[in-house]
Amino acid sequence: MNARDEILGRVRGALAAAPDAEVEVPRRYARTADGVDVVRLFAERVGDYRATVRIVAPEALAPVVAAELRDAAVGTLAVPPDLPHEWLIETGVEVRADSPVLSVNELDGCDGVLTGCAVAIAETGTIVLDGGPTQGRRALTLVPDVHICVVPASVVVGTVPEAITRLDGTRPLTWVSGPSATSDIELNRIEGVHGPRRLVVIVVDRQTG
Amino acid sequence: MRIALFVTCVNDTMAPGTGRAVLRVLERLGHEVTFPAGQTCCGQMHFNTGYQRECVPLVRKFVDDFADAEVVVSPSASCVAMVRDHHRRVAEVAGDRGLTEAVAHTAPRVYEFSELLVDVLGETDVGARFPHRVTYHPTCHGLRMLGLGDRPQALLRAVRGLDLVDLGGAHECCGFGGTFALKNADVSVAMGRDKVRQVLATGAEVLTAADNSCLLHVGGLLSRARSGVRVMHYAEILAAGDRS
Amino acid sequence: MSGATWLGMPAFPEAARTALADEQLQANLRTATTTIRAKREAVVAERADWEHLRAAGAAIKDRTLRHLDRYLLRFEEQATAAGAVVHWARDAAEANRIVVDLVRAADADEVIKVKSMVTQEIDLNAALAAAGITAYETDLAELIVQLGDDLPSHILVPAIHRNRSQIRDIFRREMPDAPDDLTDDPAALAAAARRHLRRKFLTARVAVSGANFAVAESGALVVVESEGNGRMCLTLPEVLISVVGIEKLVPTWADLEVMLQLLPRSSTGERMNPYTSTWRGVHPGDGPREVHVVLLDNGRTDVLADDVGRQALRCIRCSACLNVCPVYERTGGHAYGSPYPGPIGAILTPQLRGMRDDPVAASLPYASTLCGACYEACPVRIDIPAALVHLRARAVDATRGPLSPERTVMRAAAWTLAGPRRLAAAQRLAALAGALLGRRGRIGRLPGPLAAWTRTRDTPVPPGQSFRTWWRRNRRGTAE
Ligand code: SF4
Repeated sequence: MNARDEILGRVRGALAAAPDAEVEVPRRYARTADGVDVVRLFAERVGDYRATVRIVAPEALAPVVAAELRDAAVGTLAVPPDLPHEWLIETGVEVRADSPVLSVNELDGCDGVLTGCAVAIAETGTIVLDGGPTQGRRALTLVPDVHICVVPASVVVGTVPEAITRLDGTRPLTWVSGPSATSDIELNRIEGVHGPRRLVVIVVDRQTG
Repeated sequence: MRIALFVTCVNDTMAPGTGRAVLRVLERLGHEVTFPAGQTCCGQMHFNTGYQRECVPLVRKFVDDFADAEVVVSPSASCVAMVRDHHRRVAEVAGDRGLTEAVAHTAPRVYEFSELLVDVLGETDVGARFPHRVTYHPTCHGLRMLGLGDRPQALLRAVRGLDLVDLGGAHECCGFGGTFALKNADVSVAMGRDKVRQVLATGAEVLTAADNSCLLHVGGLLSRARSGVRVMHYAEILAAGDRS
Repeated sequence: MSGATWLGMPAFPEAARTALADEQLQANLRTATTTIRAKREAVVAERADWEHLRAAGAAIKDRTLRHLDRYLLRFEEQATAAGAVVHWARDAAEANRIVVDLVRAADADEVIKVKSMVTQEIDLNAALAAAGITAYETDLAELIVQLGDDLPSHILVPAIHRNRSQIRDIFRREMPDAPDDLTDDPAALAAAARRHLRRKFLTARVAVSGANFAVAESGALVVVESEGNGRMCLTLPEVLISVVGIEKLVPTWADLEVMLQLLPRSSTGERMNPYTSTWRGVHPGDGPREVHVVLLDNGRTDVLADDVGRQALRCIRCSACLNVCPVYERTGGHAYGSPYPGPIGAILTPQLRGMRDDPVAASLPYASTLCGACYEACPVRIDIPAALVHLRARAVDATRGPLSPERTVMRAAAWTLAGPRRLAAAQRLAALAGALLGRRGRIGRLPGPLAAWTRTRDTPVPPGQSFRTWWRRNRRGTAE
């Protein structure tokens, strides 16, 4: 018998005496974060991870991006091919679009990367990239040491269940909560291992003036 | 109320004073206490050590002995937890329908002493007097299986003259664990010594708890260390002094 | 030898004794577990619906396990449709063979690995080495363990038994590119690991991973991590091989809304871990061109067959049970004799390996006081104490027949407790013995089987009169 059939057979044998009824999943946990300003909460929670957070009005985005690039001393910036031009004005950095596709070494030669995101979760201070518009492929946000992520207020949800509902689980997803970190030395969190050591989150909110 | 006492084999043999204390408190509050004479043991040691078959007759005996009791009280959190949480499993393993039903009848009427006092009888001040500095160790089965919460502390706080001090690391197991104390004696003692350190740090004269078995272990270490700290089941504290 | 041997328990107690004597280990464990307990408690307390999440998490896994065959088939169908190749492995040897063949087919002689419990369980690195393939562990703690030629001692932080200065020493000794002036500053240590592995990440052609979850309805896999080494392994190489225990399935994508809340809060005590990656087969233009999934049994179907023990398959390897366990805190992970230490190891190892011919596995169900701290912490509500007691019963039943000293004692106790008269007689005997042995109300050191107790603890002399005797003398006549 092949391994597949044998394992499936063993599973069925093991469950032969189990009760027939489906196990119902009680879902009484919170689905939404009621009564909170999700944008503020998101910013606060991202900050808890020692990431840089800015909340800006739409017209202030480009200058803030430029300032953050300067602050992080980014000379060469990787961007997804479809990044809106108006995010980058007078930055003075060398911009490399991922089209044609940048090699791993080329990516490694970039100091930073600028992207948008698909969803952001307030409760956990998480941004989620799904490879959709303004985000590019996964390697793009992984190899450069500085990741600047633009988060439109419209994509900020309160909770993990809300995010799961919005996301398409068949896409390649990367959930990012703060800069790369480890708890492997004495179980304390230390920022900065293999992923980007610096994460800058810029929330674009019309309500901000 | 007429209350049957399940004293437990450990208390019966090693700490009869605890049984007498329960009796005294309940009688002082005007209740009638009976002692079904056939009773022996809830089967906890056998069950927890893996001797489930040997446990079956003990469970059978327990439900027989207490079949007629309206309310059963026991001054042992771990024995009450055994009755409430595991007698059913023993009956199931034995494949004995009748026993399963008997357990379903008896188990819900068995209360740990502080549950009986606080929940059933609605008493927190039992009229005791005990002018000493006391610290309370919440034993694991009382804490996690029965969810005694702060019932015992509430009772102790109402005792005249008693100075109740918080125990550091209170929720940590003392390391007794039944046969664990023998099978893994080194770890058991290491845990017990940490508990002793916490007890000594409180400056208490008396360490109290809801399980004499745990107190035998920690008390044994305290005694060997010549610490001068006494151990007492909290029922004995509640029985101290007199209302009159 | 202590008197505890009469109970016939070898493995864990011996290993525990060694650990207890190691003061450095004791200090390291205490620091780490104290830190993580406080962090976990804080983020759990933040969630008013924590108990609802736990109940949902347990039910999702039970639902999966109840129809595991169905979900496995669905996963295979979906992952295959998305371009993955699904392999099945009955045991460790078969899984290792599959991985070795895949690496060879890719013409590679090295792989990068993201930490996975299951590849430790099957000892994949040794199998790869035997085939001339070098495996590079990329998780910081795994790297520490690998460089130190050590064994993992914790699920989440395999090098928990090492403190920062020990880690620095290992790096200085074993990491060729470690700076000479490397300090024990954790940030400097992390930076050294980054430099050490950077080239490997950028050039490796094959990666091996596990998975935290496998989604049946879509064929997607999920890896939860912190450092970014996971992302490196999952996205940069051309070939990705994921070894996944068959219990890692969840039915639907939506089920992750529970699991991704339970896991980070329970494991690293964070609201969310730095990185979570999900992928479904091959995503053209993004990540590996060749994706393999090896579904592994290796004893899991035996666990599934045990109606009490099967709840161990709910485990999401968060390690909360280790961190709160007072026994683990004092013995560390090596005493448990498997990659799965602590309370979960104590119920999983005996089931995966069997207890009959394995004294270590057989000793594990006893490595607990049944205090219940693990059950209280477990995000998927595994009743570990109940499973321990059940496995003790299985251990006892497996050896029924030959009379051990313990069995003799247990039988004698059962006989004594069968009736009040026998018990009363035994009590008189105990009081008599106590009176003979005791001094000033105390019994000190005793020889023989009770030495394990009396070596360190005094025992009060049993009172001359048991409660039942007192009652008979003073209260007889009261209604009984
Ligand atoms: S048994 Fe529960 S607490 Fe322990 S590692 Fe598994 S999921 Fe976590």
